[in-house]
This record gives sequence, C-alpha cells and structure tokens, in this order.
Amino acid sequence: MSSLPDRAQVVVIGAGIVGNAVVHHLARLGWRDIVLVDKGPLPDPGGSTGHASNFAFPVDHSREITLLTGDSMRQYTELGTLTTCGGIEVARTPERVQELHRRMSSARAWGVDAELISPAAVAEKVPFLDPSVVLAGFWTPSVAVVDPLRAGELMRERAVAAGALTVSALTEVLAIETGDGRVRRVRTDRGDVDTEYVVVACGVWSPRIAALAGATIPLTPAVHQMIDVGPIEELAATGREIAFPIVRDMDPLMYERQSGADLEIGSYAHRPILCDPDEIPSLAAAALSPTQLPFTPDDFDPQMEAALELFGGILDRPDAGIRHAINGLLSLTPDGHPLLGETPEVRGLWSAAAVWIKEGPGVGRLIAEWMTCGAPEIDPAAADIARFAPHERTRAHVRARAAEGFNKTYGITHPREQWSSDRGVRRSPFHERQRALGAEFFEVAGWERPQWYRSNEPLVAELGVEDRPHEWDARWWSPIINAEHLAMRRAAAMIDLSAFSQFDVQGPGALAFLQHLTVAQMDRPVGRVVYTPVLGPDGGFRSDLTVVRLGDAHFRVVTGGADGARDLAWFRRHLPGDGSVALHDVTSAVCTLGLWGPRARDVLAAVTDDDISDAAFPFATARWLTVGSVPVLALRLSYVGELGWELHAATETGARLWDALAAAGEPHGLVPAGIGVYGTTARIEKGYRLMGHELDAEHGPVEAGLALPRLKAQDFVGKAAYTKAREGEPEATLCTLRLDGARDASGLRRYPQGGEPVLTPDGGRITDSRGRPSYVTSAGAAPSLGTHLLMAYLPPRHAVEGTELLVEYLGERYPVTVARAGRTPLFDPDDTRMRG
Amino acid sequence: MDVLVCVKRVPAVGSEILLTADATAIDTRHLGFTIGPHEECAVEEAVRIAERTGGSAGVLTVGPPEADEQLRYAMSMGADHAVRVDDPVADPDPETTAAAITAALRGLPPDVVLFGEASADAGHAQVGFRVACALRRPVVGGVKGIGLDGDRVTLRCDAPDGVEVHEAPLPAVAAVLEGLNLPRYPTIKGRLRAKKATVRVIAPDLSTGRLRTLRLRHRPEARAETVVLGRGAAAAPAVVDVLADLGMVR
Repeated sequence: MSSLPDRAQVVVIGAGIVGNAVVHHLARLGWRDIVLVDKGPLPDPGGSTGHASNFAFPVDHSREITLLTGDSMRQYTELGTLTTCGGIEVARTPERVQELHRRMSSARAWGVDAELISPAAVAEKVPFLDPSVVLAGFWTPSVAVVDPLRAGELMRERAVAAGALTVSALTEVLAIETGDGRVRRVRTDRGDVDTEYVVVACGVWSPRIAALAGATIPLTPAVHQMIDVGPIEELAATGREIAFPIVRDMDPLMYERQSGADLEIGSYAHRPILCDPDEIPSLAAAALSPTQLPFTPDDFDPQMEAALELFGGILDRPDAGIRHAINGLLSLTPDGHPLLGETPEVRGLWSAAAVWIKEGPGVGRLIAEWMTCGAPEIDPAAADIARFAPHERTRAHVRARAAEGFNKTYGITHPREQWSSDRGVRRSPFHERQRALGAEFFEVAGWERPQWYRSNEPLVAELGVEDRPHEWDARWWSPIINAEHLAMRRAAAMIDLSAFSQFDVQGPGALAFLQHLTVAQMDRPVGRVVYTPVLGPDGGFRSDLTVVRLGDAHFRVVTGGADGARDLAWFRRHLPGDGSVALHDVTSAVCTLGLWGPRARDVLAAVTDDDISDAAFPFATARWLTVGSVPVLALRLSYVGELGWELHAATETGARLWDALAAAGEPHGLVPAGIGVYGTTARIEKGYRLMGHELDAEHGPVEAGLALPRLKAQDFVGKAAYTKAREGEPEATLCTLRLDGARDASGLRRYPQGGEPVLTPDGGRITDSRGRPSYVTSAGAAPSLGTHLLMAYLPPRHAVEGTELLVEYLGERYPVTVARAGRTPLFDPDDTRMRG
Repeated sequence: MDVLVCVKRVPAVGSEILLTADATAIDTRHLGFTIGPHEECAVEEAVRIAERTGGSAGVLTVGPPEADEQLRYAMSMGADHAVRVDDPVADPDPETTAAAITAALRGLPPDVVLFGEASADAGHAQVGFRVACALRRPVVGGVKGIGLDGDRVTLRCDAPDGVEVHEAPLPAVAAVLEGLNLPRYPTIKGRLRAKKATVRVIAPDLSTGRLRTLRLRHRPEARAETVVLGRGAAAAPAVVDVLADLGMVR
C-alpha cells in the first residue's frame, strides 16, 4: 500500500474483478500512473466479487456476452484461476427442452462445444441427481468455476510489477471534480489526485460514485439468494472445491453447485428485491459484508422444495444443514446488459458496471482497448452506457425494468418479447388514432410503435395470408403484418416513424463536422437526402443514418430510435470546441409519418397543392410541402422499396396530418401499417440492412455491401480501414438466403427468427478467415416473394448465389439457398417502384 | 422430558453498531435478526433432550409478530412447537418480559425451562432468574453442561478454580452459556416443516416494568498505543528490556 500520488493518468475506483482487470489491461496497453482505490480492504473489499457463485457458463444467446465470457475464461485460465467442471442446464418441461435446443443453436453459432443429453446421461455425470424429474440436459463440458479474488490480486500484481499502478485500499472517494464537462480531480479521504480519466468499477455502488461527477449509471442493486447446505459425504469425499458438474435447474430458475463439502443453491426465482445504493450498509455496520444482506427465508422456501425434488438424495439428510444463507447483492440494469463506456454526461468518466464474474476480465480488456484505441475488439454497442434515452436513466424506470427482468435471468425470453413495465412513456401524436385502430404496440427507446393493427385483420383472409402453425414462431407476431405488407405493395400504407431520433446540425462548421463523421459526401446541394454509414475508428459500423441538407450550414440527421441515444452521444463527443457547430436534438419536436406504395403519390396529391411529380420532387431529395394547413418536410426516400415519402411535421400538428392522409387515402386503398412491415418484411425483401443486426462493429461497409461508389477526399472516422477494405477482397459478404417451405419433423411449417447458425450441407460450422461465424442476422417473411428470407454474412466460398446450405432452428436443420450475395434486392431489383 | 427454551429476537449486527437518531435503540433498518449464541445452544440442548427422552422441545418468545421468524428458526433446528407471547414492543424491559413468560408458563408445565445466559443485545441477564423466582423453581446460571437423572437435573458450570456441579429437583430453570454444545444448522426439511408449523400466540395482560432505556452510547474506542522502540540494531536493547519485562527472557 502506498500513499496517493498528486497526479494520475487514470483513477480506477473499485477493486473488484472489473477494476482489477481494467488496471491490468490499461497497464498492458501502455498506460502509466494508474491509481486504483477502494473503500474496502484487500483482497476482498466487500463488493459482489467477494460472495459471487463464481461459475461461468460460456453459452449465451447474445454474441457479445458469449465473446466476453469466452475472453474472460481464457484470462482466468492464463492466471491459473479457473477449474473446469462442466455444467448442465436441465429441463423439466417441454417448453424448456425447446429452449435447450435453442441453446444448442447458439452454442453452434458461437462455436462452443455442447451437447443435448438424456436424463440418464445427466445422472451419470451427477450421480446424486434424480433423473426422473428431468426431460433433457444441455451439457457444456467447458463450464468452469473461477477465483475472481485471486485473479484480481494477480492482475494488480502485474500492473504494479510493470511500474504502472498504485493501489490504495481503505480509501473513500469523497468527490469527483469536473471542469468544462470533463473529469479533473478525484478527492479522497487520503488525498486528492488530479486526473483526466476515472473508471467507475464500483458494482452496486456505481450510481453513487458516478453521481459525484454528475453522471448517471442506471443500475439498481438487487438481491440474489444463495444458501450452502452441508456437509454432504459424497461431496466431501472428493476432497476438492468442485468435482461434479454445475447444474442449472432452469425451470425453477435456480442452480446447484458443489462448493467443497457443501451444495450451494442459488435462485433467480424469488420476488425482485431491489435496494438503493445509499442503503447498502458500510463494511463495519454489515453483519457479513455490505453486499451480503440478511437472508429472507420466506422468499427461498419454494426453491428448497425444488432443490429437494432434484437432489433429495443428498439434501434430505439430518446432518446436512443450511450453513450459510445470504441475500447477495448484484447489479441489474433496465435491459439486462452491462453498462460500459464513457458516460454521455461527463468526458473522461467511464463506466465499467453491471458485470458478472464470468465477464469481468473480458470487460476489463474491452474498456482498456476502448479507452486506448477508441474501439474495442468486441462490439460494445449492446452494452454501451450511452444507449439509454433520458427517461431510461430514471430511478423509476431502472427499478421497474430491473424488477421485471430479474426473473428472466434463467427465463425463456422470446427474441421479440416486449417489456410490460413502465410502458407508454413516449407516445407519438398519432397514438390515440392508433389505439382506436387496435394497434399492437411494441416499444423502442420508450416509444410506443404499432407493430400491426387489428383493424387490418380482414386483409388476412382477403389477401390469403397464412398463419404460423407453431406457437413459438407465431409468438409476438401476427399474420396481419404480412397482410399489411401486401396491402402496401398493392396500394399504399402509412407508417408511424416518430420514434426516429433527429438532430439538427447548424453553424459554419456544420459541413466539416459531418464530413468527419460520415462516409458519404455531405457537400451536396441543399435539398439532397443522403444515406451514409457512420464508422468507428476501426472501420466497423457505428451507425447508419440519413442526412438532409436543409441549408448551406444546416443539416438534419435522421437515425433509428434504438440508436438515437448512442448516435447523439457520438455526435456530441465530436463537436468542435470552438462553438462553430450547434447540435440540437429535435426528436421530440418532430413527428414522422411514412407514406409508401404505388398509390402514395395519388394520396399525397389529394392533400397538397404542391407539385410532387417526379420531375419536381425527384428521389433522394427533400422539400417543404403544405398538407392542408400543416407544414411538412417531405423526404423522398424509402426503406420499404416503394414510391413515397417520409413526412416530418411539428409534433403538435401530427394528428391533423394523420387525419388528412387517412381520409385522402381511403379511396386509394391506403392502410395503416406497423413496424412489422417497415422493420422486417418490406426491408428484408429489399435487402436493406438494419443497425444492430447486419450492421455492427465487427463488419464494415464493404462486407455489408454498402461501400459507396466513390471515396470522398475528405478525411473521416474509420477512413483508413474503410479504404483498405475497399482495396481487398471481403472476408465475408452479406447474403440473403431463401428458406422455401421448411417443415419440421412433425410436418409443421417453420420460420427461423434470427440468431441461428448457418451450416454447410453436411452440418459443419461456417466461419470466415477472421474466425467470425455465419449466423442469421435477420429473418423475416417476404410475402411478395412468397418465401421466408434470412440474412447472413458468408465467407467467399459460400457467398455464391445458388449455394445450398443449412440453418439450424430449434433442434432441426432446414435447407436454405443463397439467393443473393451483396446488396441487390430480391424484390424489384432495379428499384423501379420507388423511383416511379 | 419436556423442555422449553425462551429466546429473544435480536438484530444481527456488524462490528459497528448504528444507533437511531435519538440514540435510544439500535438502528435495525438494514439489519437481519437472529437469536443469540447462548440461546442457539439452549435450543440445541432442548432438541437433544427431547430426542433422547422422547419428550418435547418447545420454544417461546415475547415480542411482535416478526419474532415468529426466530421461533421458526428454532423449529427448523428441531424444536417441535412454539409460543409467542404477543407484545407490540420489540424490546420490552426485563421485568415485563419475565412477567409475560411467567404468565405463559403457568399454562405450560415444562420439566426444564432454558434461557440463554443473557440476551445478545441488551445483556441484562435477568429474565431467567426473575421467571424462576416468580415460579419458585430452582435456577442455575452460567450452565455449560446438563445431565438428567430421573426427576433430578445436574447442571454444570465453569468456576474460577474448577467446575461447579449443581443438582436440582425438576421442574427447574437454567440459563446456559455458549459452548454448552455445538448447535446444529437447520435442515431444508426442518425449514419447510417450520414454515408450515403453527405458532401459538397468547396475549396476557402485560404490566410495564420499571427499567427505562434513556440513551445508548458507544463504548469509547479502545486505541492501541504504538511505541517505536528505535530503528535497526539500535532498537535491540529496548526490545530485550520489553521481553524481560514480559518474563520471556531472563
């Protein structure tokens, strides 16, 4: 322990697994004068690292989490702090068996060795388990137990040995001083440290520490109950900390693992028990540790019953006592993902919070790379702390979603599943109209968006749309989506797009600012609409968006609702310091209604006196129109492949705009259509890519088929990597695959949903030369093509049209054909419809 | 042989004890509750006696409904029935507690009533003796061993120069010390049984005792004085002096 220096390159607060991993990797990447402080003692400062169950199951449906876990397990292994024991997720219900098949698909997609095994095989591996309550097991041989306290010690030692680190335990952070929006100084009870960078790795205390700097880390501490039962002879006889595979008893939402002579039982089934970071007792005032709260036995009783069913043979013994029982604290976030990256509020203040033990070392590396190079190897988008809309950072929202999400920890979550708590926060001006039409609302960034309208139900029979016979395929879906799609292609549809995030960029430096952030040429005539990728420094996708030039020094940026907060933070971070550019978030000021279809021009012409002929209003341009008495900024573009416009109007005029179009459209067969059409069916027929699905930091525009014909002269973020990619052959190409009439073993038509592995005809995994696997990035119906389409990146040898491959979906394999390699749409390949 | 153990719901505190703003009680907002270690031994002893003799092991407390948690804990260790004397005051004074227990015991005829030597929070060490006096039964405190022989009980205590052994006729009262035995952990089955078990609640008229808590104060922090005897070889004579004073060198 040494005293605190006056200056540091970075101060890392929190010496749990995450903070230790961050300092280790920062030191490895060349950072010096690193200071690590913790309020508690070492090696166990009293946070969640000290009481965690410490096991790592490598398979997750999320690719990023799987990558982080895999990286972490490699690091634990290298540090000699990992013991492989294997693990089994057991199913007690048919629905869970199906979920285990889905797990298998994810294992295959991400390249983790796993196998579905019979109850007898489960009992062979865990002889004291009663196989009669089990239907199947998902066996992962690489499941392991790790020692995060020892790993943390070793990582600190390495950073100290490199001469890069000062460690100060029993040091309380009193204040984080900021100036000009960035971190300047950390004040502690052992002295002050001037620094430009602070990493908050304080686990359940992170919100408190971030608040010292005026930033928000939207997590809540929540209880996860654990008990230890023992001694159990069979376990003690092994003489080891863990000799048997860990069992996740998925249906009652619990796990059992050997811990020496004891069986440790943990639960995610009890009622959500949230607490406030300010209520966590101090180290001295806590009976055990600050993050091991008093056990509340009533909440755990159903788990005891469930544990007796599975492990009655060893648990129902008079000498096997409950030797330890805690309400352990962990961190929950509104969407279940970690909170990583620079906080949007304060420059230099980084969050490394809401991280499980199994992801800790990987997160340390990710944060260190991100701080050092501007882009980590693993795509951080889903974990980026900048992803939240303002209301999503409020205490009420965090608690509502954390409470709802807790029981999903081991739950079966459908890929389209919607949250039910804290809904209806952001409503477009069309909301009442949509409710009256029976809209089924899905949520994005708090916005309520119709996914389909029950008012269109009669179209299902009229247009001969088939239902999906399997409940899982049909969950959170309706045949009405396909009917709305066909009605749009037949006549026209209006689609609420008010959830778009929109920013105005103005000022003498606006053009140069946008040139620097975008791939496309921004210096186009006033009135031009430009689609552009936005890249990270490594040339991977950061975003894709539309820019409208409204004046010489005035641009409007339109981006997706889900990406708006991250994009806004990215744009803000790059604003020049000289005040030459003003950036305003106009999302709430503007509502957007899309109008598309072969009759769109007839509909719009009926409500405007302006000339909207193709000659007067060509494709990829924007103009101000008047619809009745509503001024509208119309953008002639399309994500659905039809003639039409995005109509942007002042929010308070939205209802008037809706009514005018609805009335004018009636004789033309105009229908309201939901995001099911906009986001899936119409765009997949047109091969349009979606951020967060096809477009991610792992792929750049060349592989995505979105490279622009010309490389602009101006420099921009990611240009070097983009230029290099343009010059070589792509290592993977985004392809569209057809799945024609797939039927499962019982004869039912099946519809993969995304995330499934794409395999060779003999069932082999497909990876490209960089090791990236081929998996389904998006899947959706193509009603106008009469098929189901999947998108996937394929290496050159497979990215050939006509190639036959397989896709694995819920335990069965279905033949697919590469229908398109590259961006040319399968539907209306020449784009004649939208240029009409 | 029927044994009844009297237990008290007390906060499970850490090394630092926080007080309420008016300093009249422990701030328990973030604390769990438990029974003291002496009482855990008393429950264990009662369960063993009941197992050995085929009798019953009961548990009793005085307190609000929350105190059922401690009764159920004792039942999960093996106690077979529980009584709560309802008292809305979480920490009544020892006179009140003793009166309440005395009233309850008039309806229960246990052969042996066990108490912990003193409660883990207040530590008055009064209740067992007050109850025994009120019931005119023999009582021994500081008990670390219990033997049964027909209608007599042998109670063993540590004494400064050896061991004291007391013999008393039944029914008798004893206040026991931690170390009497090694209490068992509750089993899963025990916990599930205890959860479903009924706690008999009685509500006698309670008079208020005369002991009042005015204020709680933290003990002054004991500071270990560190004296630097010298540095390097120069310190050796001073170290030798200290060791000589301690009688470790001559």
